[in-house]
Amino acid sequence: MEKRVIFKGWWLPALLVAPQLIISFLFFFYPSGQALWNSLFLPDPFGLKTEFVGLDNFKFLLTDPYYLESFKTTIFFSTAVSFFSMAIGLYLAALADRLIKGAGVYQTLLIWPYAIAPAIAGVLWLFLFNGNIGLVSYYLKGLGYEWNHTLNGDEAMFLVILASTWGRISYNFLFFLAGLQAIPKSVIEAAAIDGASFWKRFFTIVIPLLSPITFFLLVVNIVYAFFDTFGVIHTITSGGPEQSTTILVYKVFSDGFVSQDLGSSAAQSVILLLVVGVLTVVQFKYIERKVHY
Amino acid sequence: MVEKKKSGYWLTHAGLIIGVLFIFFPVWLTFVASTVNQEEIINPPLPLWPGTEIFENYYHALFKGGREGYGSNEPVINMLINSSIMALGITIGKIAISLLSAFAIVYFRFPFRKTCFWLIFMTLMLPVEVRIVPTYEVVANLNLLNSYTGLIFPLIASATATFLFRQFFMTIPDEMVEAARMDGCSPMRFFKDILIPISKTNIAALFVILFIYGWNQYLWPLLMTTDPDMKTIVIALDAMIPAGDDFAHWPTVMATAMLAMLPPIAVVIGMQKFFVKGLLESDK
Repeated sequence: MEKRVIFKGWWLPALLVAPQLIISFLFFFYPSGQALWNSLFLPDPFGLKTEFVGLDNFKFLLTDPYYLESFKTTIFFSTAVSFFSMAIGLYLAALADRLIKGAGVYQTLLIWPYAIAPAIAGVLWLFLFNGNIGLVSYYLKGLGYEWNHTLNGDEAMFLVILASTWGRISYNFLFFLAGLQAIPKSVIEAAAIDGASFWKRFFTIVIPLLSPITFFLLVVNIVYAFFDTFGVIHTITSGGPEQSTTILVYKVFSDGFVSQDLGSSAAQSVILLLVVGVLTVVQFKYIERKVHY
Repeated sequence: MVEKKKSGYWLTHAGLIIGVLFIFFPVWLTFVASTVNQEEIINPPLPLWPGTEIFENYYHALFKGGREGYGSNEPVINMLINSSIMALGITIGKIAISLLSAFAIVYFRFPFRKTCFWLIFMTLMLPVEVRIVPTYEVVANLNLLNSYTGLIFPLIASATATFLFRQFFMTIPDEMVEAARMDGCSPMRFFKDILIPISKTNIAALFVILFIYGWNQYLWPLLMTTDPDMKTIVIALDAMIPAGDDFAHWPTVMATAMLAMLPPIAVVIGMQKFFVKGLLESDK
């Protein structure tokens, strides 16, 4: 799509796009190129010189049990966060959509956690599950269960999933509610007259009609779980215990900044870049399709 | 709706209320914890109703940086100022540069226009977490560590806002430009007197989304700010959480957590209409 009527001249538009392009080059393209370049080198332990090693950093990573473990952790974590936050979001949206009055009130009551930083969500849940003073861990103890996410990897994973899911429900709720409200009521009513029950209508009409939005949300939630949950992990577990909650982004950070293993960290960045690239292309394809129908 | 059964009606409300309670639960307890005294917290269980120390706790957190005997922090008020500067800087900066570049891309034909468009589009794919180490080096080389400029600028360029404005400008009828040009209106005059006023709703919607994005930044300020004076409140809060068996004055910590959440929540609730619009449109 192009405008037919335009202004003339080229130096003015060049000046107008310049700020964005300069910042993009300085903070996006140059660092990304740098990550790509560094991924081909191995600095010696004293950081005095670097040696060109080609794809060895990648070969090493893809055979490194810790890295593969982190890959698995990430996939499990992002699947769980996407699934639970979408399921709960859809459930609440479906209920709110049934109301004639009051859907707006519930919307207000449910969407504000979007404003809470993942790191703060982490702090809130950490406080509740704190081994000494946490309310939830106190009652679990009353039930005979010793909660200790600093030693038990499964409990740590549960807690980071819980905190990330909690913070993400509002987002999915809002999109599902918008999607549900866009479904023509006449379609639902026609099915009801034909005798389809609420659940029957929900699974055979509503869910298929929501599939484009569900697919969109799936991609966005995976990206969220891959990158934006860094704050949750950092505040609650710092990747532990024994790397059980070290997702890929956290590993880039801990290998690059904590262990100063720059070659490996850069190679990991490149792999993540590929992941984001693929997800973005998938999403873009989806947008294109949506434009066409 | 379709059914009019009474039981279904109450079940719907019951289901929603359970959801609302789950959403409120941790925040309510954080609020309670910020109003009681230390003894009530270190001897669990935590009460479920607010205590009486609310003013002391918030006063000490805001202006004193904690209680005596528990290690001292920067007063939270400074961190709130840092966070506000960062969030507003990112928000206003992003909106300004994307309005300008979207205007150029939509209303002009210039060499490499398509290239510019694709270059901007590609930045959509590069979250800061991925290129964090080299970006840090760039900022360090420019001597911008521990500065507002260094906090704001690397986060300012993103394709989302540019796309949203481009999309919107495309829907503006050509007659508008034609009429303006016939009246002898210069491009910048058209931009300032026509384009910006009719983009107001979109600007407000983006403002909400970007303000939250800016306020909640975590990894970047964590690496960038080593100077306690420059910490944002989200980073400072994390540093206040005791590791292992360390002591912390929990009511002050929880008051800080409340203060860190309040501004973005207030923006979302106060500008709810724009927030919903911005969220539904900007991510697509």
